Amino acid sequence: MGRYLPATGDERQAMLQAIGLEDTRQLFDVIPEAVRLNRLDLPEGLSELELGRKMAALAGKNRVFEKVFRGAGAYRHYIPSIVKTVTSKEEFLTAYTPYQAEISQGVLQSIFEYQTQICELTGMDVSNASVYDGATAAAEAVFMCQERKRSGVIVSGAADPQTLSVIQTYCESRSVPVTVLPADGCATDPAALQAVLGQSTAAVYVQSPNYYGVLEDVETLTAAAHEAGAKVILGVNPISLGLLKTPGEYGVDIAVGEGQPLGMPLSFGGPYLGFMACKQAMMRKLPGRIAGETRDAQGRRCFVLTLQAREQHIRREKASSNICSNQALCAMTASVYLAAMGPRGLRQAAQLCAAHAHYLAGELAKLGFSLRSGAKPFFHEFLTDCPTAPETLCAALEERGILGGLPVDGGLLWCCTELNTKAEMDELISVLKEVLGK
Amino acid sequence: MKLLFERSRSGRGSDLLPACDVPAVSFDETLLRGTAPRLPEIAEVDLGRHYTELAKQTHGVNDGFYPLGSCTMKYNPRVNEEAAALPGFTQLHPLQPLESVQGALEVLHTAEKLLCEITGMDGMSFQPAAGAHGEYTGLLLIRKYHQSRGDSARTKILVPDSAHGTNPASAAMAGFQVVSVPSNNMGGVDLDALRRAAGPDTAGLMLTNPNTVGLFDANILEITRIVHEAGGLCYYDGANLNAIMGQARPGDMGFDCVHLNLHKTFSTPHGGGGPGSGPVGCKAALEPFLPAPRVRETEGGYTLYTPEETMGQVRSFYGNFLVVVKALAYLLTLGREGIPEASAGAVLNANYLMRKLAGAYTMSYDTPCMHEFVMTLEGLAHDSGVTAMDVAKRLLDFGIHPPTMYFPLIVHEALMVEPTETESPETLDQAAEVFLKILEEAKADPEGLHQAPHHCPIGRPDEVTAARNPILRYHFEG
Repeated sequence: MGRYLPATGDERQAMLQAIGLEDTRQLFDVIPEAVRLNRLDLPEGLSELELGRKMAALAGKNRVFEKVFRGAGAYRHYIPSIVKTVTSKEEFLTAYTPYQAEISQGVLQSIFEYQTQICELTGMDVSNASVYDGATAAAEAVFMCQERKRSGVIVSGAADPQTLSVIQTYCESRSVPVTVLPADGCATDPAALQAVLGQSTAAVYVQSPNYYGVLEDVETLTAAAHEAGAKVILGVNPISLGLLKTPGEYGVDIAVGEGQPLGMPLSFGGPYLGFMACKQAMMRKLPGRIAGETRDAQGRRCFVLTLQAREQHIRREKASSNICSNQALCAMTASVYLAAMGPRGLRQAAQLCAAHAHYLAGELAKLGFSLRSGAKPFFHEFLTDCPTAPETLCAALEERGILGGLPVDGGLLWCCTELNTKAEMDELISVLKEVLGK
Repeated sequence: MKLLFERSRSGRGSDLLPACDVPAVSFDETLLRGTAPRLPEIAEVDLGRHYTELAKQTHGVNDGFYPLGSCTMKYNPRVNEEAAALPGFTQLHPLQPLESVQGALEVLHTAEKLLCEITGMDGMSFQPAAGAHGEYTGLLLIRKYHQSRGDSARTKILVPDSAHGTNPASAAMAGFQVVSVPSNNMGGVDLDALRRAAGPDTAGLMLTNPNTVGLFDANILEITRIVHEAGGLCYYDGANLNAIMGQARPGDMGFDCVHLNLHKTFSTPHGGGGPGSGPVGCKAALEPFLPAPRVRETEGGYTLYTPEETMGQVRSFYGNFLVVVKALAYLLTLGREGIPEASAGAVLNANYLMRKLAGAYTMSYDTPCMHEFVMTLEGLAHDSGVTAMDVAKRLLDFGIHPPTMYFPLIVHEALMVEPTETESPETLDQAAEVFLKILEEAKADPEGLHQAPHHCPIGRPDEVTAARNPILRYHFEG
């Protein structure tokens, strides 16, 4: 079909002639006959119209829930309309990594602005230009803490299980010992941490709000880890930071998190955004791209990718990480989102999330869905017992167009955001009443 | 240009969210942040203009010719963006019941089948989020494979000295020692050196083919045989697959696993440095070690499962799903005829442009190339003091994104040019004229070139100061 190839058949023939060939097959004469492919078993190409139909049909085989009470690492939030407008600009969409600063100031400045916003949000000193997602950010942070005599990492068992899994994968290949703490009562027990901290502990990873939505006792956990000479990595929800105490205020060494709630749709799991910020002292251990401010010869302020001596294209096998790209367009998405929301909007979003979750938890408690975390403070997620089989209950909700809490450990992990209205929650409760015969 | 923070005025901004419809929650004072984050407060109109201005200072594929070697900056079709923006994809929670995401699983499964056919592999995971992430995942496959056989002596990965920096960095991250293998005088693998390096401690070899100088290594079957006979596995870095897709397959060359860059070969945009997607494919013997979860087709529809000896997860969920949607749209558009036509077009364009420049510029290797070619400006630098960097910066003045500079490391003063198949002959002709004009300027006015660019929003930035005195965030007054 020649889709997207401008050259016509005649033009191609003329170009072949110009290089002394007759047939395009000759372009590949250097490939040994034994590995030349004779038949490619793919379907015939589609016209744009056919493709549009095909993709719409695929999308149509999915079910979009209007009412979502599920989080567990992926959160549905309101996305201001300006976000998509900005990030679909073709210049941003189709550019490469901004190596050529002279024609890439747009992307570079936006990374610099993103880094500033992440520092403000987390209360940390330095941010990188982002990594793949929250889970890989946590794993990369563990590597940042490696010292000659300290390599072990202690991970809270109340952290997101996927983050835990990625940390384990990354650590196994580098022979970094991983200890997972129990998560009784949906939170990390400082005494359990104390018991396993030692001279070989490089880092402690805690998430707050954790997988069960609970706000951990970060202060006590951080003090214990620092007392033992270990670094603290705190996983955070960026929306919660509109309201809640920052990693910087807790005095942790590295803050990481999943940036998806900052303007990225659920998208069946990606593209998402891993953010990473640290104390000044660890700046040169940060992996990945970092934008910095400088001047050109005429004294004009401009931005470049900097501190590249850490990176793979200079250091090869001695680099701080193999990461080459960042998630630039996702970082820009987060930056536009934060600029559109402003400090008041973000705070409002955090308050709405928390208020909705607490209202729903209260209503659910009346039906016998008791909180597994007891009286511990929580943000916008919570794990409850379930008076009947969670799967039955979810199925009943799905019939009514509601994606209920996620079945976890025999209970249900619920999530509310600013999008879950009171009317929606009351409807959820009435469906549950029906199912439970109340 | 002003920063977002310099445009901020206290009290500005839009009402985006409604008032709270349930009782407010108050957290204990000790749980609250002390001060508000200093996020910008900006009217929507000014926010829009800010980014429009930033866009004007950004050069994308749609702004002009982008022959950035090894990056495959081909045109990014709009229809793919439309497909990936369908609410049936964007509004899916990754933990929805499987029966409600059958279309999404079909996307992953279909893309896997098509890409396995193109690469000659048996199975594939889309979890890796970028090329380097794919390399890392592929190396973990190799590691798991040797471990499963109790072969703990295989601690080394062979990497040609012409390789991209991510290759050795990924190998180190995966816990391997890196052994650099020298190149022969055609930029290919030195077979004798490879034979000496391969042995009972070899876990595997990482290779691109065509290699980083844009040449197909015709010894490929011998290369993979040497590694296999030593008991190692062969890893194909898919960075240069655009040259050969539909013409030859890594699987038929003896490779055991591959990673692809969907954002290069399969036309999903680069986004200024991401999100990309770096799926990893492998032969059946390595499939049990792939990341979890994987998609399987059953009589009752598509389902997810955990491979029996999985390495675990390398990222959350199923990778950069929407990027896979775009790549699938591209694959379905090109199809059986379009895939080999694209690679043939890429190789034709590269050879055409190379031929146009060959009289004036020195080619590193005097032979037809594949999808890209490398020039050395060593002679020019010696004679006139004008470097590859100077030529690259002057190209900016003509609206052309420079080729990749100073890579591969085995070529001095290198410029690596990859036109891609989506450029017309007249674009190539115009680019050739610019390249030749710059060469004349180099002879007549070398100083002018040292100062280039002259017509960009900024001149060359002071990178040394940026690294010595890092300013990595905006500092608020007061």
